[in-house]
Amino acid sequence: MWMRRELRHLAMARRNSLTTVIADVWDKAKHLREAAEEEERHVCKAWKISSQVVRPETTTTATMAPPLPTSILLLLAVAFTVAAATATSPTAPEDGIRVVSAEKRIDLTGPIVKVYLTLKVHNPATGSDASHVLIAFTPLEAQHLAIVKATRAEGKRKKKVYVPLPVEPVDLAANAPDGARLYSVSLSAPLRPSETTTMEVFYVLTHSLEPFPAEITQSESQLVYYRDSALLLSPYHVLEQVTYVKMPSNRVESFTRVDPTARSGPEVKYGTYKDQLPYAYSPILVHHENNHPFAVVEELVRKVEISHWGNVQVTEQYKLKHGGARHKGVFSRLEYQSRQSISGASSFKNLLARLPPRVHSVYYRDEIGNISSSNLRTDSHKSELEFEPRYPLFGGWHCTFTIGYGMPLQDFLFESEDGRRFANLTFGCPLLNTVVDDLTIKIVLPEGSKSPQAVVPFLTEQHLETSYSYLDVVGRTTVVLKKKNVVGEHNVPFQVYYEFNPVFMLAEPLMLISAALLFFVACIAYLHMDLSIGKSQAS
Amino acid sequence: MAETEADAAAAPAAAPGRLRNAFGGVLCAFTLILIGVLAFSIRLFSVIKYESVIHEFDPYFNYRVTQFLSKNGIYEFWNWFDDRTWYPLGRVIGGTVYPGLTLTAGSIWWLVNALNIPLSVETVCVFTAPIFSAFASWATYLLTKEAKGTGAGLMAAAILGMVPSYISRSVAGSYDNEAVAIFALVFTFYLYVKTLNTGSLFYATLNALSYFYMVCSWGGYTFIINLIPMHVLLCIVTGRYSSRLYIAYAPLVILGTLLAALVPVVGFNAVLTSEHFASFLVFIILHVVAFVSYIKGLLTPRLFKMAMTLVITIGMAVCFAVVAILVALVASSPTKGWSGRSLSLLDPTYASKYIPIIASVSEHQPPTWPSYFMDINVLAFLVPAGIISCFLPLSDASSFMVLYLVTAVYFSGVMVRLMLVLAPAACILSGIALSSAFDVLTRSMKFQLSKLFDDGSAISGNGSTEGSSASTVNTNSSKSENKTEKSEAAPKEKSSKKNRRKEKEVTESVPAKSKKEKRLSVLPLEASVIGTLLLIILGGFYVVHCVWAAAEAYSAPSIVLTSRSREGLHVFDDFREAYAWLSHNTDVDDKVASWWDYGYQTTAMANRTVIVDNNTWNNTHIATVGTAMSSPEKAAWEIFDSLDVKYVLVVFGGLVGYPSDDINKFLWMVRIGGGEFPHIKEPDYLRDGQYRVDAQATPTMLNCLMYKLCYYRFVETDGKGFDRVRGYEIGKKHFKLTHFEEVFTTHHWMVRIYKLKPQKNRIRAKLRKLKSGSKSSSTLAAGQKKNPWQ
Repeated sequence: MWMRRELRHLAMARRNSLTTVIADVWDKAKHLREAAEEEERHVCKAWKISSQVVRPETTTTATMAPPLPTSILLLLAVAFTVAAATATSPTAPEDGIRVVSAEKRIDLTGPIVKVYLTLKVHNPATGSDASHVLIAFTPLEAQHLAIVKATRAEGKRKKKVYVPLPVEPVDLAANAPDGARLYSVSLSAPLRPSETTTMEVFYVLTHSLEPFPAEITQSESQLVYYRDSALLLSPYHVLEQVTYVKMPSNRVESFTRVDPTARSGPEVKYGTYKDQLPYAYSPILVHHENNHPFAVVEELVRKVEISHWGNVQVTEQYKLKHGGARHKGVFSRLEYQSRQSISGASSFKNLLARLPPRVHSVYYRDEIGNISSSNLRTDSHKSELEFEPRYPLFGGWHCTFTIGYGMPLQDFLFESEDGRRFANLTFGCPLLNTVVDDLTIKIVLPEGSKSPQAVVPFLTEQHLETSYSYLDVVGRTTVVLKKKNVVGEHNVPFQVYYEFNPVFMLAEPLMLISAALLFFVACIAYLHMDLSIGKSQAS
Repeated sequence: MAETEADAAAAPAAAPGRLRNAFGGVLCAFTLILIGVLAFSIRLFSVIKYESVIHEFDPYFNYRVTQFLSKNGIYEFWNWFDDRTWYPLGRVIGGTVYPGLTLTAGSIWWLVNALNIPLSVETVCVFTAPIFSAFASWATYLLTKEAKGTGAGLMAAAILGMVPSYISRSVAGSYDNEAVAIFALVFTFYLYVKTLNTGSLFYATLNALSYFYMVCSWGGYTFIINLIPMHVLLCIVTGRYSSRLYIAYAPLVILGTLLAALVPVVGFNAVLTSEHFASFLVFIILHVVAFVSYIKGLLTPRLFKMAMTLVITIGMAVCFAVVAILVALVASSPTKGWSGRSLSLLDPTYASKYIPIIASVSEHQPPTWPSYFMDINVLAFLVPAGIISCFLPLSDASSFMVLYLVTAVYFSGVMVRLMLVLAPAACILSGIALSSAFDVLTRSMKFQLSKLFDDGSAISGNGSTEGSSASTVNTNSSKSENKTEKSEAAPKEKSSKKNRRKEKEVTESVPAKSKKEKRLSVLPLEASVIGTLLLIILGGFYVVHCVWAAAEAYSAPSIVLTSRSREGLHVFDDFREAYAWLSHNTDVDDKVASWWDYGYQTTAMANRTVIVDNNTWNNTHIATVGTAMSSPEKAAWEIFDSLDVKYVLVVFGGLVGYPSDDINKFLWMVRIGGGEFPHIKEPDYLRDGQYRVDAQATPTMLNCLMYKLCYYRFVETDGKGFDRVRGYEIGKKHFKLTHFEEVFTTHHWMVRIYKLKPQKNRIRAKLRKLKSGSKSSSTLAAGQKKNPWQ
């Protein structure tokens, strides 16, 4: 039954997205569409499963339910199969497309690798309309890939605007050699023959800086390897390309030369290379100093409790690790305190969390009590919580802590046009410059809320739970979102829609009142009853 | 409460009196609720000033046990063998712990969570003590009410709610046995006195159950099982034997002992150790007396005399035999059947003479006079007045109060810790004293005022005399109740009380008897006004002192320290920093050695196996750690290595001036270690009879492990090595560690953790020996000399 209900919600979502398609608002907010498409796929999968497994149930329940939803479902199913067929077809590289020029800028200045790719794509006159452009990643990169974004420059000169484009992984990886993973960027308007367009692609790689040596002492600074290719890995012919690698400091131990290669200070330039074949690859290795805090949140559980009495309570449980070169041998507090510049250069003791404005009752503690080293700055745009773990973190050291805060409800809860409520929350992790390996967000809706639906602009694993809090009887519906490999770029708003009847707000006060009433009635009854067995002599 | 119920139900005729009683009952209940709130909230200073956290040492153990209980359930708890402590011996927690506190907090947690109120175990543990101190003050009310009426009860409850001695053990976070045990103690006494006053078997059964709860909660239950027999004996000796006394005592001994034996930690000790023998002896005596009085009722006086002589001769013989057997039994056990702590109760010098481990705990030392003033404050002056009041008139209940006070004063003189037992007694007697003083003063004020009014206007006099007579009637009635209780049999009691009261109410208008009494105890108006004011001021001082004690003296959790400087509040959170580091950055099965004070905290906060902890049940094991700490590095390494120790934790206050650090505790390590291992000789560490670590210190001292671990690289902080606790520069400034390496030191250097260096590879060492034999490399040979593993 639950499954069927869920399908109906998704169907409704689909209907919404269809209307947007009909209204032809392709150039509207990018993530909305992304979400819709994600759901399409989601629904497709769900439909495929349900068509085999749940079909009997739907038919039996159809007699009870009004026939309208089932017919809509069927209609939609047809629509989806068509849509899915068109969506999967353009994965094979269209022969004609060429990359006229490519520029790849690799930013190694932080603990997270950021790559900016500028592609000038040309569709030759002989080809047909191209609606997709493919980008390729090595299997290792694909594993560490946290997010890919693409934009397309539209308009000329001064009117130039960057339009975000949807990116999604291509399932037909078998087409690419050596297990390369392809991501397809859907162009907003198809590229006509002999047209050229410029795309900006941005992607983030986590855990891609390998400390070498893997173990360092307190006085050493941290050196890391970065592996990539001097040539752009691409399914297309690349006519001209150049790659820049930017490092945090001038201290570069070594880097692979693929001529022409030039180094100026912290930047190494590979190229220009001309006329490279598809899937050309030329491995490079850059060994450099990187003393940035490699803060890795191994596990983060964010619990957002929505109370219609006016508060949104957030509890975040962190399992933090220093992901850099492991600390070896002694830790001398003396050296750490007296020679701070050279001692423990790669360690960190401060963390900064950016919280929403107007947070209140912020706390910072771990399982054995408060941690008293934190500092909260608030202004009208944001709140910044600067805090220290109990001890400075050296490579390989772990710590756990919990941050909690309350937020005013009116900043986050809204009513949508169809009468449902929706909470507009921020995805991701509020800590700056950290990687979250495993993120779980639990949105605890008020008791009595129904048909929850989360709208997240990227793929997440979702399921429902029931949790119990103060005096709950039926429990609170909890939407659980899970995502691996989360970086700062994931801190985007997402919505949770649900239906809620305000009468449920009175349930608990009424329960308490009736309990008190019962107690007093019991007292009165007891005082007016003579429970003794023997007859009272007084009367 | 029960009385007011009975009144409300039974006296429909006297409507105004009933209303007043009902009003009094509501007022009394309301006052009690306020007292409960006061007792609870005065203990929250620690949460407000610091945080909601478990305090000190033992509470951490209790907290850990409660966590285990709430996670694994009661059956797992009874069977819990804890391998995280006393490595490699371990400890059977279920069989060696007083489970009352843990079970109480565990059930509160379970109940609260069953109602879907998501409180953590920690929160429940933190607030258990304040909740139970509210219960304790209500129990005090009940107990005092039994002896001296409602007024004294309320007074005593209010005083107990804020007595500093009890606050010191029951602030929020001080999650220790005493917190619930004082409630259990007072409540057991209440039920005993209640049984004594009513002769009801119902209360006697409750009394046994309450005693059982006390046995579950605290080792101090032996105080009950000795005090009550003493009181019974006192009653018998002073000719106050009655069937009520029998009902009050006999079921307690039988049921109580059976129930006590159910608690694993007590078990057969309930009948085998000499702490319990007094109760059995009195039990026998009570039966003899009961039998004699029964016989007396049956026989004629002449026959009775004959029987008496016969029985006494036989009885004496039997008694001697029994006593002889007992003495033989007791003498056969090494400590004469008394545990060390109990022995030090009887002989205050016992512990410091024979058991350094008991003497090393500050709370086992005899208290000083200022600590009496600190802990019970003005009560010390009120108590004598309370004793006098108890003798006017002396009832079974008031004699019990006096006896309780006297014994508690003695025990508190032995051990600071037992000041806690004295506190309720002092509160009850002070409450009685204050209440009777107020009673006398306000009565004489009323009387004098009414006289004034009588002189002034004859019309208004009537009303005021009525009022004053009403108050005297109340006191009268309570007194007469006592009398009736003494004279009449139990089952008729209730109705007789009612009848008596009704009679009183009828005869209210002619208070001839009460007027006589009034004249006896009338004071001049001025004196009584001044007296009342002075008493109120005295009470005010007490309240101010209690609030100060609760806020300043007893609220520090001792795991986090604060100091106020010009820049503001500075927090020293080094202990938790170190424990958190251990917990997250060492292997889960690593063993950590430290002095036993930090054992409970290490297991609870860092979840690492410790060698010794605050339970101190195995003196040899503690002595081993003490020996290692006072040995030179290599010997210490060997000892620790044999115990599988990987990390050694020391507490060092020299940098920030934290006085209770390991160097100051070092004398106990030497003393306890030397007690078991004679090669540690205390004089080796002493210079002129003092422990010193400055330039005059002995070489043994400067080479022992504790010194080295504490002061390793300390000189580099300020260039001189000035120790702020001891107030001088240390003796040996520059040295290296050969067998240990520093792995962590907290921010203020208060906790330093060292790792044992691994043993050098022996095969390589052999090879080196070969090489050096062939004189291949001189540098290697030079290096070898430092290597102790050859």
